[in-house]
Amino acid sequence: MARILVQTADFDTGAELGRLTAGRSDIGGIGCFVGTVRDTAAGRKIAALTLEHYPAMTERALAAIAAEAERRWELLGCTVIHRVGRLAPGANIVLVLAASAHRQAALEATAFLIDWLKTKAPFWKKEELADGAATWVEARETDTDAAARWSA
Amino acid sequence: MSDALPLTVLYFAWLRERTGVAEERVVPPPGIANVAALVDWLAGRSAGHAAAFADRAVVRCAVNQEFADPATPLHAGDEVAFFPPVTGG
Repeated sequence: MARILVQTADFDTGAELGRLTAGRSDIGGIGCFVGTVRDTAAGRKIAALTLEHYPAMTERALAAIAAEAERRWELLGCTVIHRVGRLAPGANIVLVLAASAHRQAALEATAFLIDWLKTKAPFWKKEELADGAATWVEARETDTDAAARWSA
Repeated sequence: MSDALPLTVLYFAWLRERTGVAEERVVPPPGIANVAALVDWLAGRSAGHAAAFADRAVVRCAVNQEFADPATPLHAGDEVAFFPPVTGG
């Protein structure tokens, strides 16, 4: 059963790793991805990033993505935490952890989870530039391509 | 001809900004039976709605919190959400 959280508060990656492994010795490897706010977009300085989501749908969509990862790989634990609201450059946005007996499943599941999350979970980013202008981030074809490599 | 369907319509990101509403309850006229027909009808509600639905290729939809497409049928009481392609992560 995956641990899925959508929250405005920051997350503690070390504490989440500890939570995933506490009291067990069957895990052989944990894949970890942390997405953070970059301070530039297309060469322009970013003042902040605001993450909007569709509350009634978000956790359900994330749970469905995690369930798909658990169907494809032998996972012994899985954590997905996504922040929403206004985030400053350098701030954490998303955490994905996938634990398995062996590294290949852990690493592949981690990549799958973030690739699918980027194209199948209802979040939208708005960039605030240093001069006060704000624009919605457009979906990238490279993200769709990254997600498509997992279709089989 | 099907009966009129009371629906809850939600807008996110720039669709919310262009329509000027986050959520509205609508009762489209009889005959609005799927997402494509609803979009045609919603686009006529205001200049903002028309702007939001001007380029339908970049509008995504969910019906009752599941991704949907233009052919997805609608039923009374459905929650229909419109939004741009997602950009989380």
